[in-house]
Amino acid sequence: MSFKRPEEISSPIVMGGYDKSFLKLLYLRMVRAREFEEQLYYLFLTTKMPGTMHQATGQEAVAVGVASALNTNDYVTSTHRGHAHCIAKDVPLNVMMAEMFAKRNGVCKGMGGSMHLCDFSRGMLGAFGIVGAGIPIATGAALTSVVKGTPQVAVSFFGDGAINEGVFHESLNMAALWKLPVVYVIENNQYALSMPNDLVSAVTDLSSRGSSYGIPGVKVDGNNVIAVYETAKKAVEKARNGGGPTILECITYRIRGHARFEPAEYRNKEEVELWEKFDPIKRFKEAALSSGDITEVELENINQQVEAEIASAVDFANSGEDVGAEDYKKFIYEIPSESEGNR
Amino acid sequence: MRPLSISEALREAMVQEMRSDPNVILLGEDVGRFNGAFNVSNGMLDEFGPKRVWDTPISEAGFMGMGIGAALTGLRPIIEFQYADFMFCAMDQIVNEAAKLRLMSGGQASVPIVFRAPQGATGRAAQHSQSVEAFFMHTPGLYVALPSTPYDAKGLMTRAIRMNDPVLILEHKLLYGSASPGGGKALSDSTISSIGSDVPEEQYEIPFGKADIKRAGKDVTIIATLMMIHRSLAVAADLEKEGISCEVIDPRTLVPLDEDTLLTSAKKTNRVVVVSEDISRGGVTAELSTLIMDRAFDYLDAPVVRVAADNTPIPFGPAAERHVIPQIEDIKKAVYKVLED
Repeated sequence: MSFKRPEEISSPIVMGGYDKSFLKLLYLRMVRAREFEEQLYYLFLTTKMPGTMHQATGQEAVAVGVASALNTNDYVTSTHRGHAHCIAKDVPLNVMMAEMFAKRNGVCKGMGGSMHLCDFSRGMLGAFGIVGAGIPIATGAALTSVVKGTPQVAVSFFGDGAINEGVFHESLNMAALWKLPVVYVIENNQYALSMPNDLVSAVTDLSSRGSSYGIPGVKVDGNNVIAVYETAKKAVEKARNGGGPTILECITYRIRGHARFEPAEYRNKEEVELWEKFDPIKRFKEAALSSGDITEVELENINQQVEAEIASAVDFANSGEDVGAEDYKKFIYEIPSESEGNR
Repeated sequence: MRPLSISEALREAMVQEMRSDPNVILLGEDVGRFNGAFNVSNGMLDEFGPKRVWDTPISEAGFMGMGIGAALTGLRPIIEFQYADFMFCAMDQIVNEAAKLRLMSGGQASVPIVFRAPQGATGRAAQHSQSVEAFFMHTPGLYVALPSTPYDAKGLMTRAIRMNDPVLILEHKLLYGSASPGGGKALSDSTISSIGSDVPEEQYEIPFGKADIKRAGKDVTIIATLMMIHRSLAVAADLEKEGISCEVIDPRTLVPLDEDTLLTSAKKTNRVVVVSEDISRGGVTAELSTLIMDRAFDYLDAPVVRVAADNTPIPFGPAAERHVIPQIEDIKKAVYKVLED
């Protein structure tokens, strides 16, 4: 068993040429995603937040780099580890936080929770709690663009574990066959719960998994937000222009355990510490400061803005009404009376 | 009005809706070049072209999932499964995604998708014969319709395409009244009645949750679906000669279920037989007889009698298949039994 070492995939973060406002936006989205996860971790420890959660701490550059290459009305499907994808697609923190608290003012009215966050007004078609399930659904969203002749691109985020699901292969085949505008993002955080990739995949170069279908694969340093953005941008524009699907393998690392407080004892401490040094936010900050593209004060202002947003999101969630015992009856079918038959 | 087969009626509903709504598309195995394994989509590729009629690879989970993604983003896909048994390849997408998305998203998601499949035992052995309705009526978030006549088929299909939740339409292979392309003569069964064969040319909807009394009667209520409606009607015609009057009711949709019509009939006749081609254990007859006993117990003069398939995969040999699947004589025996007390 082995893991990928950060220095094997690390690439320099090159700021050059981008507007300061765009660079600041990348940083803002990453910090939002990080602080949201940190706040949840704290809240789970200290309060009675219901359910479970899967955190994307340390993987923010993948979500933010890819989503920043998209338009608001482009489609995204996400996973059980989906908080960062939503935040990168600008789903407001307050309704996400309220959903975590199972409140009526949650983005899914308290009916979905952490694993099913979605926001259709932002093209966020859902986090799917079944591994790989979002892959054909994103592919179908891309089919809509072809049938309707609209320019929207669909992106499916999924992990290294999902590539061994049948729907991954079925979807890849159809997307390539019909040149659908879809980008498949393998967020390779190196663990499918306890299993490192080389113990579950016969071929560990995941970006090559589309080769049977003629789909080009690109491997990128998933902790380098600029590199992810640039690679995603190319794939998205190619898809938008009728060039068909691309596989993007973003190599990153799952800093926390699989879920909630799962201690991840199946890997050693040194490995985690090594990857913590390659933290995507820390690396971005260092690069920005050393190139002089963003000042320390500007970064600190963003940190403070996020801190305030998180505090206000928690207030918003606390002020919301708890989900009522019979709220679910409104959501089984479009016509509620048919939820219960006429019994 | 003119007589149509069920395949023609289903096709007419799909074609008319596709002409009026550009968001309706058809996906499935062999639905285009081959016109569908049971000829249901005959000519649709020619009329609508490959951007509306998609011949998919053999990837049931994949194309069901794509249908869901398309439905979430503004299309109204119709998905054909070549045989109902093949839907099991797509169970995650059907049960975990299509059925649950509206609730999980707090009402943001609509999945306006129709998925349809032929079922029923017709000599094709265990993996092409199963009656699958119980799996799907057990899945909240789905609607389940089972048209037993051409008239019902067109009206239910038209309604289904316009609904904003996933609808499963289960069709019976013996009832299609048309041959598979290259498959030789049409499947048939001498007991199939011509009831409901006349179909209006114009579009019409049959609302979900409205049962149809296929034959009025006063002594015994027989509740049945699909092929079993036709066998029950044959029994009713036979027993009339013996002075027994049977009321035959087709729920037409199992979800939602028109409980009122079933219960009103049970309270009138006081004796109920429930017939279905799916197996008895955890099946349609179990659910429907429980409904009658829960809600009309005081009116019953005898326990509800169930007639269902044996609890077995469908065997190949004709004598064995015939034994497993409810036949006219089984239904007749059940009526005699419910009349005993």
